[in-house]
Amino acid sequence: MKAVITVIGKDSVGILAKVSEACSKADVNIVEVTQSVLQDMFAMIMLVEIDKSNIGFEQLQANLKAVGETTNTKIHVMHEDIFNSMHRI
Amino acid sequence: MLETRDILETINMIDNEHLDVRTITMGISLLDCIDEDIDKACTKVYDKICRSAKDLVKTGEDIQKEYGIPIIHKRISVTPIGMVAAPCQSKNVVKFAHALDKAAKELGVNFIGGYTALVQKGFASGDYALIESIPQALSETDYVCSSVNIGSTKAGINMDAVKMMGKIVKQTAEVTADRNCIGAAKLVVFCNAPEDNPFMAGAFHGVGEADTVINVGVSGPGVVRAVLAKDGAGKDITEIADMVKKTAFKITRMGQLVAKEASKRLCVPFGIVDLSLAPTPAVGDSVAYILEEMGLEVCGCHGTTAALALLNDAVKKGGVMASSHVGGLSGAFIPVSEDAGMIHAANEGYLDITKLESMTAVCSVGLDMIVVPGDITPEVISAIIADEAAIGMVNTKTTAVRLIPAIGKSAGDELNFGGLLGRGPVMPVRKGSPEVFIKRGGRIPAPLQALKN
Repeated sequence: MKAVITVIGKDSVGILAKVSEACSKADVNIVEVTQSVLQDMFAMIMLVEIDKSNIGFEQLQANLKAVGETTNTKIHVMHEDIFNSMHRI
Repeated sequence: MLETRDILETINMIDNEHLDVRTITMGISLLDCIDEDIDKACTKVYDKICRSAKDLVKTGEDIQKEYGIPIIHKRISVTPIGMVAAPCQSKNVVKFAHALDKAAKELGVNFIGGYTALVQKGFASGDYALIESIPQALSETDYVCSSVNIGSTKAGINMDAVKMMGKIVKQTAEVTADRNCIGAAKLVVFCNAPEDNPFMAGAFHGVGEADTVINVGVSGPGVVRAVLAKDGAGKDITEIADMVKKTAFKITRMGQLVAKEASKRLCVPFGIVDLSLAPTPAVGDSVAYILEEMGLEVCGCHGTTAALALLNDAVKKGGVMASSHVGGLSGAFIPVSEDAGMIHAANEGYLDITKLESMTAVCSVGLDMIVVPGDITPEVISAIIADEAAIGMVNTKTTAVRLIPAIGKSAGDELNFGGLLGRGPVMPVRKGSPEVFIKRGGRIPAPLQALKN
């Protein structure tokens, strides 16, 4: 199963590194990354493969939420299907 | 890869615009629990509900976490108890209400609907006793919801039942007067009641339904309002309708996804998605604000009915392609106490019961969550029910009445339920007595619209 990680907040040094580190620790493979910085608002979207994750989905959400708190960003982890069903016919 | 814009739009809808799945409702047939011995029947009812829905709450919570969509309620609807109780010949029908309440508490659902009688053409064995027991049932239980269908386009309107329901609504408010008359908020009187509605208080599991079924009610007035606020300026009405349609499509797709997933995980057939815009008292999650965003100064002014008709229709058109099966009430709800914009409009005197009545001709339900003075007579309540049922019967649509007589209060006071039921100002009703008309009893014959064969 694939999940989408979104990171939204004020840009600062090391956001990508910290999120990637949390993924790597959990054996979550990053498939795609896009990021944009509009003025100083940072928006990053990662498509990740979580089938081989060594922690549960809930724990991954909690870990990334904690990363969000340290980097002053809002991080969501959601099943890919929610976006596919809303935006694809 | 998905587009960044689309992903951020979804996240924004959930975080800031109150997008949610309002309810996953499991319909459970109790036809196989019927027994002449009422205690045996109640045990069977309790056991079957607990067995069928044992994983409902957990599954709802799991889906919520995994997909990141708030799923507000997990609920149960059952076969109308009027039918289940028919062979018991017992005065103690209220035992069924206790069995339902106990099951709801055991399972952790927040409402269970189906303390219901379908009497649009007449009373069958069991119906009369059930209706008589409604005030007691709703005052002695916490989670049981009750509904009575008193009319339909095919059958006409059962005026004996209308007469009776005026008394029952009043009594229900009286026996729960110490709890803000909450009993009346759990009682709906229908015309053309849908048998697969997932929304309370009117949900029940129709007899033509499968043994168990999953129905999902979506929501999202906040999302529709936000779209109109962001991009609606200077657009003509055709474009506004298109914007509502596109938004309704997205909301419904989410509901469809949750419904399919819940159905798969629970091994229960998927029934329908109900495409309703259901407001909550939260600021921004209001149907009235959508109408105001379309260009009305305040909900209730002239033009409100037209704006609501457009909204109701566009929601259906957008939603119907997004789901494989659509049903229930599907449209825009206008429950006064549950909608911040309606509460404001009513408080300021822009919205009264007559304007609401005309709005119900084009919305998906009816006079919903309206607080009326405590000294209202049962005949006036019956007459309001009859008016509303007539609109439903003639227009081949569902109409419902959920009035809360505020015992001990009069126009200008307020009743505060708290939570999702909200708060509502006591609204005055029209003067003049319909007593003789209501006391006649009998049936209003089915209209010509019924003769379609």
